[in-house]
Amino acid sequence: MYVAVKGGERAIENAHAWLAEERRGDTSVAELSIAQIKEQLKLAVDRVMAEGSLYDPDLAALAIKQSRGDLIEAIFLIRAYRTTLPRFGATEPVGTSTMACDRRISATFKDLPGGQILGPTFDYTHRLLDFKLAADGDVPEAPTREVTQHEVPHVTEFLNREGLIEEAPRDDTPPPDLTREPLEMPADRALRLQALTRSDEGFTLGLAYSTQRGYARNHAFVGELRIGAVAVEMDIPELGFAVEIGEITVTECETVNQFKGSKTEPPQFTRGYGLVFGQSERKAISMALVDRALRWEELGEDNVGAPAQDTEFVLYHADNIQATGFLEHIKLPHYVDFQSELELVRKLRREAGADQVPEAAE
Amino acid sequence: MKDTSDENAPRKAWMSLLAKAPEGRIAALLHAAMDPPKFTWLRPPEIGSAMVRARAGGTGAPFNLGEVTVTRCALTLETGEIGHAYIQGRSKADAEAAALVDALMQGQSSETVRAAVLAPLEGEASAARATRAAKAAATKVDFFTMTRGED
Repeated sequence: MYVAVKGGERAIENAHAWLAEERRGDTSVAELSIAQIKEQLKLAVDRVMAEGSLYDPDLAALAIKQSRGDLIEAIFLIRAYRTTLPRFGATEPVGTSTMACDRRISATFKDLPGGQILGPTFDYTHRLLDFKLAADGDVPEAPTREVTQHEVPHVTEFLNREGLIEEAPRDDTPPPDLTREPLEMPADRALRLQALTRSDEGFTLGLAYSTQRGYARNHAFVGELRIGAVAVEMDIPELGFAVEIGEITVTECETVNQFKGSKTEPPQFTRGYGLVFGQSERKAISMALVDRALRWEELGEDNVGAPAQDTEFVLYHADNIQATGFLEHIKLPHYVDFQSELELVRKLRREAGADQVPEAAE
Repeated sequence: MKDTSDENAPRKAWMSLLAKAPEGRIAALLHAAMDPPKFTWLRPPEIGSAMVRARAGGTGAPFNLGEVTVTRCALTLETGEIGHAYIQGRSKADAEAAALVDALMQGQSSETVRAAVLAPLEGEASAARATRAAKAAATKVDFFTMTRGED
């Protein structure tokens, strides 16, 4: 229960003024620009876009600056801004098979058309602090090599001649949209994928890790991981044809998972799918593992009671803005709620014959 | 991808190119070539979003991936051509420049505009793509087989 209480305006104003000053920090240190955040903290920008569910690097960089680097606060700002935008329509599904790949690797097939392209990865770095970065330094231009193969087909496209891997047949059912309709159970795969792609990276990672440790039979290989740019094409009603309205960077992960078959499906490798805005392979792999775990029912697998198999549990707790909103609201005034609880406890104690009831501070 | 009749293919191509131009670039190229023509707004620049879709498994049923900011506008030149723009981001100036070029491409000065705006944009875009692809190619793994000790 809440009652309106006047007061605190000046304290709030002064708190916000101090927040602004603390955000700026020591004024003898140069101020961060949005362009610097966008260029040099790109992976933070990518995470804010993915979980904020809005692709706009400038806005994400602004949100990171405003939130002093608190990424969940930044995501909150982006989600709030998103609700103010009129929606012009939905795009054609992006064609990830024609991605301009910065990175493309497969953990299952060594020699594959298009090759293993490492891209700008942290993998194989020694994870030792690089003190050169603490000083100003020019970065030499990255080496280049002649591009011999332009087509980079999906691994599952060309390695499935034997039918050993589950197909993902084309389907044009319009997907449900959890930003328009409340998320309700049962959630089909399209809704689950939408929820997972904007879900908290840490939560999704934890759940995915749990499936690897045995909470849901889900032995996953990374069939393919790719990061790069895809064109975004949208049908323009007033023109009567589709045009590309832009280009976005995405990370895609396809897992292939052991599957010994079920009553409805033959033994084959099944698939989990992860696709997120920006460069975030940890999130994309996590999403693919959780997607696969949640598919137990449609594949006719047993529910072994693992958290990652519980759609309701996963989807209702994966959104960090919902979670932080509910979690943090308990720090806001609950004076009246607590007063009534206090009265109740005093009454119970009297009835239980407890002697002295100490006066509680209010 | 939707089928596009041949008649619309060139316009689709230039609108797609304009939508991906770096900020301020279209206006800079256009203004260097000519005084921008007079026009009236059919729809002044408006910022909104588009819901980006993708397919499960890359090929299966569509799902909603998230939104992207988009700016759109439409204008009419004094000579009657109508230009449209739908471009990623929130730059009203870029949307205006893209719609102007779209309109001009349908009129008398289309060859001038193609040479002054579209050709350089295309050149810059493909150079940027090629540079990135060449850097990616340099990180491609060349496997070689080690001689095994017992052989």
